[in-house]
Amino acid sequence: MKPDDKLARRLEAHLRRREKWRWPEIAFWLAILAAIFTIPSRDALINEILIAGLFALSLDLILGLAGIVSLGQAAFFGVGAYAAAILASMGLNDPIFGLVVGAALAAALGFVTAPLLLRGSDLTRLMVTLGIALMLGELANRNAWLTGGADGLNFSMGKLIGLFPIGFLGQRNAALYSFVVLFILFAVARRLAQSPFGLALAAIRENRLRAGALGIATGRRIVAVYTVSAAYAGAAGALLAETTQIASLDLFDFHRSANVMLMVIIGGAGWLYGGLIGAAAFIVLRDVISAATPEYWEFWIGALLVMLVLVGRERIGEAFARLSPWAAARSLRRGAA
Amino acid sequence: MLTILFDGVAYGMLLFVLACGLSVTLGLMNFINLAHGAFAMVGGYVTALLMDRAGVPFLATLPIAFVVPAVLGVVLERTLYRRLYGASPLDQVLFTIGLVFMAMPIASYFIGSEPEQVHLPEWLSGSLTFHGVGIGVYRLLIVAICGVLAAAIQLFLVETRFGAQLRAAVDDARVAQGLGVDVDRIFAIAFAVGSGLAGLGGALAADVVGGIDPSFPVKFLVTFLIVAAIGGSKGILGALYGALLLGVLDVAGKYYIPEVGAFIIYAVMVVTLIIRPQGLFVRGDGR
Repeated sequence: MKPDDKLARRLEAHLRRREKWRWPEIAFWLAILAAIFTIPSRDALINEILIAGLFALSLDLILGLAGIVSLGQAAFFGVGAYAAAILASMGLNDPIFGLVVGAALAAALGFVTAPLLLRGSDLTRLMVTLGIALMLGELANRNAWLTGGADGLNFSMGKLIGLFPIGFLGQRNAALYSFVVLFILFAVARRLAQSPFGLALAAIRENRLRAGALGIATGRRIVAVYTVSAAYAGAAGALLAETTQIASLDLFDFHRSANVMLMVIIGGAGWLYGGLIGAAAFIVLRDVISAATPEYWEFWIGALLVMLVLVGRERIGEAFARLSPWAAARSLRRGAA
Repeated sequence: MLTILFDGVAYGMLLFVLACGLSVTLGLMNFINLAHGAFAMVGGYVTALLMDRAGVPFLATLPIAFVVPAVLGVVLERTLYRRLYGASPLDQVLFTIGLVFMAMPIASYFIGSEPEQVHLPEWLSGSLTFHGVGIGVYRLLIVAICGVLAAAIQLFLVETRFGAQLRAAVDDARVAQGLGVDVDRIFAIAFAVGSGLAGLGGALAADVVGGIDPSFPVKFLVTFLIVAAIGGSKGILGALYGALLLGVLDVAGKYYIPEVGAFIIYAVMVVTLIIRPQGLFVRGDGR
């Protein structure tokens, strides 16, 4: 009995250690906050990065934590964005209300479509998710009376809690708004990943059959995490619509789903910060490249992707883990899982 | 009514030629090649540019539209694709999306982002009336070419030694290798033929879809995937039936209920994948 006790105590200590916010994490968030205040000319870009980060976080929840591949994350992004946009154009333009409704609608869609992911192979999942995103895009296109069709929706947003204008007049307010939403949702996701629920997801990711044999209700866990992920993506979409005050059909684009997957892959899947770092890297990269060659920036993104796969994502991740102290904890967890 | 059916069949045949290469890589070789549309784009561009800038007659460009993407396919397969045969689906998706992202700017850089039109010769642009059914001559040509191709591919796979080797290599590459089948070579050839057919399909489709432009690989990626998904991925016949069903549904849907548009085919795909993840036209459990 003795060795078992010892192992149990060590595991417990390890899990408790993971819960603490480490100083690099705190520095990370403070750095973003500092960037918003010190480079006001770039606040629109920072806002875009924060929103993309939240979107990438939503994909990381299912891809990184549970190992579910999806090419249709844009479906939830678009639903959240259109929900906020349509509410605002009807006069209900309180940002927080739009955000909540957008996230809730996306979550509902996620909950309804999640059972479709429980069957078939990775390929089936890729195509079902892609198909759902395309169906919604076509729906938005055809119901122009509601969505504005190909012209998109233009609307004006109310002030945040009745005080702060967001959008063109308040780029900094918009960035701060996105920052707060991202931080809160990130903290929730972080907690989720460390909870028994998160550990069950890790078990499902590593081997779904064995996880099931251990008594984990794999199907229910997947539906739950997919719903949460959909809500996150919906919130990201709502934020984008509210801070840019426009919603258009490209919200549902295949590009959007592919790009967000790319962001998660660049940053490394499965440790939540990966999505944020990947989003920042992707958008800064796009900004720099498209400043040089506006039409052809996609080529370099594609080249990066091809290189990434050929060199091997794993190897890059390992090199990164050696460099950073708090990513090392993650590789430890991987080893234990 | 019958005209619509015929148009649907023609469109379906076209889809089959475009997508059967994808069925082969996807189903037979278990490789998710999202860059398949790029090969079709190359074929379309070959025909459009040869006709436009070199004045080559339409029919003479078709073999070239087959050969150029086929050669390109072999080169890419030997240098890049083969490294990923055993990789995870996620890696394959990322890699081929990367290729698509590279292919589109290359096309718009060298050729321009305006659609390149294929101007059909006089004798192809008319239409016939047969027992009161109007039939476009070009559509008839498509059905003829694609029908012959479909039959040839099926015979090739079932009757020839190469076809048997391909099926063996696909069933179990290691055992086939052990029996002396050159699996590497077989896969390379299959990939080349698939890419070439995509190119030919792209050339034939250019007129039907209103010209070839750099976004072609993404615009039609989904359609190809749907054909492969509906048809099931274990054989050529499944892809043929899938493509025909899809072609007829799409054309009829756009004609009778235009307000739902492309929604129908997406819905068909999702429903198919829910009910029968292995495809509609697969016998047994499809493994």
